[in-house]
Amino acid sequence: MEPLTSKKKVLEQKPLTFAERMYLPAIAKGLSVTISHLFKKEATIRYPEVEREFSTNFRGMHSLKRDEQGRERCTACGLCALSCPAEAITMIAAERKPEEKELYREEKYAAVYEINMLRCIFCGLCEEACPKEAIYLDGPIVPADYLRKDFIYGKDKLVEQPLNK
Amino acid sequence: MDIAFVIEKFVLVAIIFGISLLIAMYSTYAERKVAAFLQDRLGPDRAGPFGILQPLADGVKMFMKEEIIPSNASKWLFMVGPGLAMLTACIGTAVIPWGSNITIGDRVIPLQVTDINVGILYIFGVVSLGVYGVMIGGWASNNKYSLLSAIRAASQNISYEIAMGLSIIALLLVTGTMSLKEIVEQQHGWHWNILYQPLGFVIFMVCAFAETNRAPFDLPECETELIGGYHTEYSSMKLGFYLFAEYINMFVSSAVMATLYFGGYNYPGMDWVLLHTGPVIGPLIGTFVFFIKIFAFIFFFMWVRWTIPRFRYDQLMHLGWKGLIPLAIANIIITGIVIAIIEKF
Repeated sequence: MEPLTSKKKVLEQKPLTFAERMYLPAIAKGLSVTISHLFKKEATIRYPEVEREFSTNFRGMHSLKRDEQGRERCTACGLCALSCPAEAITMIAAERKPEEKELYREEKYAAVYEINMLRCIFCGLCEEACPKEAIYLDGPIVPADYLRKDFIYGKDKLVEQPLNK
Repeated sequence: MDIAFVIEKFVLVAIIFGISLLIAMYSTYAERKVAAFLQDRLGPDRAGPFGILQPLADGVKMFMKEEIIPSNASKWLFMVGPGLAMLTACIGTAVIPWGSNITIGDRVIPLQVTDINVGILYIFGVVSLGVYGVMIGGWASNNKYSLLSAIRAASQNISYEIAMGLSIIALLLVTGTMSLKEIVEQQHGWHWNILYQPLGFVIFMVCAFAETNRAPFDLPECETELIGGYHTEYSSMKLGFYLFAEYINMFVSSAVMATLYFGGYNYPGMDWVLLHTGPVIGPLIGTFVFFIKIFAFIFFFMWVRWTIPRFRYDQLMHLGWKGLIPLAIANIIITGIVIAIIEKF
């Protein structure tokens, strides 16, 4: 085949010098490189005990927020579920009873609120969609588990603890 | 032969056997730790503090695994292979002098199982028997990769044994004896043989790497070409035996190298220490020093493994036959001439 360019690079294979054929100098050089790594700081982070520092806008586990008086902000409008590209969020809405005024801020609230953590892609669109500032992805990494059903997080795991507790 | 002698030897054998198994066990741990540290990692650290129980966990795992014997394998040889590998690895420790004589009352206890006057030949015999375990295992598996690997191991061992033997001949010219005990005694203090035989030591060490099938000469078990090597078909504790035998071999060859070239249990200033610590503690300090030397060699084995890439097979043969053997012969000639000149004047 005709060469496509006029550029040419002649590869010259030189015979090994005596020192190179002895192997030993090269081996000593290699050994000094590896031994220097013995004294370097290891890159490993012992994960469950030590956690890497995350950036401030890291998106981790969701939390359902409360307002200043400790009432749940979520009004079960469903915008988060609608915006979710992975369809990870489901909820069942319920009407607030008069005696539950201290628990829920709006007249409608989420009786059941579930996020499937295996489906969630942590994109943060639910956070952006929420008109009540009720959901934020400000938690830690979602921990590993054994069963699929244990990855469906309900309100027991998602709702923020009240301030006075 | 009195009964105390039998008991004494039996205890010594049991201790040495136990120690070599223990060291082989913790060599697997040390290997992973050294590899990790050389690569800026941590290594196993989950089982116990610093992962110190990792070998136990590995052992339990090995025992619990399912035992599989391939249907077309030669059953008898398949089972003999790992046992033979383990046996030949262990019996090498019999002639190594672990320390100078301990004196309790008027009883002198040598820290050596047996001081035969052809100790070096015995070591050689045992080392060359070692290839049988590999050979039989590879052959009996009825697997082409295992067989290839066994053939590689056999030809590699034969090639490097020649250079190893030649390098030892030069050493024998210097020492004038084949008994390991006498060789060690001659190196009293700091008169180590490495000072007289540096080239011989380098040749011996390269050959020891090849004989123990360690990197860069680990062609019998190179995963990229031969799946697993001669133990491809092995599982459970039989596989464990093969891996274990490799580490015991490493331990024994480290001990032999320390004995022949690095003065065994001798160290500078040993007379002063011996005078001040008495006839029991003194020799034990020597043994301790000997083990430090052995550990240094084991570390070196691992250090080299995690540094140097594997030789190609033709390079291996080239190095053995065209490099080391002529070099070893030249070493013998030079040593002989120098000794002749020294004796003349």
